[in-house]
Amino acid sequence: MSAQIITKNSDLLEKFPQYVKPDERTGYNGYVVSSDHLIDVARAIRDELGYDYLSSVTGVDYLPDGLMEVVYHFFKSSGGPALAIKSQVDRNNAVVPSLVSLYPGADFQEREAWDLFGIQFAGHPDLRRLLLWEGFEGHPMRKDWHEPYYEEDGKPFKSRWPDGKISLAEDKNPFHKNIAFPTGFDPDKWIPDDDSVLYSNIKNIISSEDESGLKTDYVIVNMGPQHPSTHGVFRMVVALEGETIRVLKPVVGYLHRNHEKIGERNTFLQNMPYTDRLDYISSLSNNFGYALAVEKLMGIKPPERAEYLRVIMAEFTRISNHLFAIGSLLNDMGAYFTPMLYAIEERELILDIFEATTGSRMMCNYFRFGGVARDLPEGIYEKIHDLAFERLPRKIDELDLYLTNSEIIKARGEGVGVLTPEDAIAYSTSGPVVRASGVPYDIRRADPYSIYDRFDFDVAVRYHGDVYDRYLIRVDEMRQSVRIIQQALTQMPKGPIQEGKPQYVVKVPPGEAYGRVEAPKGELGYYVVSNGKPNPWRYHVRAPSLINITPLEKMSLGNKVADTVIILGSIDIVLGELDR
Amino acid sequence: MGEDLNKPEYEIPPELKSSVSITTLDRIYNWSRRSSVWPMMFGLACCAIEMICAAASRYDIARFGMEVMRPSPRQSDLMLVSGTVTKKMMPLIVRLFNQMPEPKYVIAMGACASGGGPFKEGYNVISGVDNYIPVDVYIPGCPPTPQALMNGLITLQKKIDTQSIREVRWYKKGASETIPVPVLGPDIMDPREYDLIRQYTNQKLQNIDDPAAQVARQEKGS
Ligand code: SF4
Repeated sequence: MSAQIITKNSDLLEKFPQYVKPDERTGYNGYVVSSDHLIDVARAIRDELGYDYLSSVTGVDYLPDGLMEVVYHFFKSSGGPALAIKSQVDRNNAVVPSLVSLYPGADFQEREAWDLFGIQFAGHPDLRRLLLWEGFEGHPMRKDWHEPYYEEDGKPFKSRWPDGKISLAEDKNPFHKNIAFPTGFDPDKWIPDDDSVLYSNIKNIISSEDESGLKTDYVIVNMGPQHPSTHGVFRMVVALEGETIRVLKPVVGYLHRNHEKIGERNTFLQNMPYTDRLDYISSLSNNFGYALAVEKLMGIKPPERAEYLRVIMAEFTRISNHLFAIGSLLNDMGAYFTPMLYAIEERELILDIFEATTGSRMMCNYFRFGGVARDLPEGIYEKIHDLAFERLPRKIDELDLYLTNSEIIKARGEGVGVLTPEDAIAYSTSGPVVRASGVPYDIRRADPYSIYDRFDFDVAVRYHGDVYDRYLIRVDEMRQSVRIIQQALTQMPKGPIQEGKPQYVVKVPPGEAYGRVEAPKGELGYYVVSNGKPNPWRYHVRAPSLINITPLEKMSLGNKVADTVIILGSIDIVLGELDR
Repeated sequence: MGEDLNKPEYEIPPELKSSVSITTLDRIYNWSRRSSVWPMMFGLACCAIEMICAAASRYDIARFGMEVMRPSPRQSDLMLVSGTVTKKMMPLIVRLFNQMPEPKYVIAMGACASGGGPFKEGYNVISGVDNYIPVDVYIPGCPPTPQALMNGLITLQKKIDTQSIREVRWYKKGASETIPVPVLGPDIMDPREYDLIRQYTNQKLQNIDDPAAQVARQEKGS
């Protein structure tokens, strides 16, 4: 099983007998560390135990106990299961030391926890809200914070079909809109935030750099959120010297659609279609991670045929995602839309298979706990077979032939946006980004889940860590995915596709689980906490897109504006997942 | 130009048929408008991917003269709101809308843009972009397939066909009012609704059962 949590790590207990306690709640794993010594313990974890990769940081609000918990999942970049560390603090005075100095990859994740939970991270260099705006009322993921359309804590809401009638949420709100205001608030006295903190931070960074005594003029430019090459509503604030980037700060949250808050109101299965909408280019991989996490809690496994179907669909998703990524990267480089047309042509053929099997082109909602929703319909096996054995290998070669030695890609990509292997790990990047920097970290091998240990495939690695290598690695990975699909098609047995009867409301025993998969964009993790009710108590998504842009500034400094666009394109972000 | 442009009441001599058309002003205006609607290149969420697909190999909206996507609002005629509209994004959408020159059209693509969609109950989600800007065509679906998007575009064309230059708003006096840009406060605020907001928050202050109001009143009193 994936991401097994180690329960016995006696080194840690021996070293810090007073501050480290095993987490003894039923269904929980890992260790509880007192917040005063978190930094020391984390340093020992990194330097002595070798857990150099901080995968996920998030908060959990244990309202009944009056506790706020911060959960860390550490891994080794050489592979192996997780080490989970928790730190508990008082809900009303939630202060935890920041781990950014040890693990720079914690940066955005801690800001998110501050934004959504109101957990302060002492020592964080730039603790501003991440997804919402400064001035927003409250910290919405707290369990006692209610959204304007609040009805009940858990679905299904009683108001949904009383006597077969429906009512609109708008009718219950005094403004007939999705808004609410605190008592006594006066809009005329309100001074909206104008990003002044952000701009003055940037100015401080610039002025501290001017050692020469010569005064240089800088221009601050906002790229996005409406910009043709930011791949959605992503905004970068850059300070330019001429055309060279001196400071770059991403601003996100323009597509923050409250995935996690809604996810905690939903029943477990209701979340499945929502996961489709995270990384909307690769919905089936998203299903995969969530199904794994909940299955781990429930202690079930899908039947053989379902495992193979899952792998086939996930790998097709990877190919279609990489096609799209390469197409849009070339768009950003200036080869406008022609490569994209070639890429989309193949993607459409893959979408045809998804549509025939799952019923939808993009939002597949295909996985169920303990299986998949449908078997392949008649005639589709042949189509898949043809695509995997004949058409796709040929078309990937064609793409390779047209693009790889193209002057545009080489001139624009080589040596641009370099990320060293050390930085790639420290910043918790994953997927093609970390592998293009020479770190062979692929969860399908490092911590195998489902049936990936049965297939013969290579982990693609490239060593320069530049844009060109991040392009090449996607071509390599598509080839490997084709290999996996070919083997899976040959080995796939007949049989049932669902363990037991399909159920709408599943019984999930209390406990926590962290399920992670190698999604096309990187490590996609789901942290799910159940308290035995039909709705998850905590539902967190570790989004690779968000964490992969943590080193964006580092990669872009000293490059030109036009290069930043392709550096961003080579990371391959999707805003649905980045902002959730 | 084809037959469809001609007004059948006027007989054109056969020798001139290839070079002369007689039509109404409305018709020629509408015909040229509907045949080159330039959408703004502006993707919000998942629906934008289907929008890209509609513009690409298999579906190809170039057949309607609509493939010229402009990243600048100043050069576009159509705002395709393709995805979830969040409160953080709403002020920018209104600003973009205000920057578009007349005549301008808005299509709400997908469940989210039309009414909030699956994310409606979210605290940062607007229940439909028509809360703030006028919408011409709604396309249902989550996401609408490229075919559905095309149907929406054809519907828009039909709407354009019914326009008359005597009635359209952009030839009238005082046309094209700008929409006040919403402000991000504790929640999103429409400047036109400040009175309403004040009334409501004061009322809450008066409400004795509300413990927060009690504290606030004590503070006010002291
Ligand atoms: S309608 Fe559906 S597909 Fe479109 S943006 Fe909303 S969630 Fe995404």
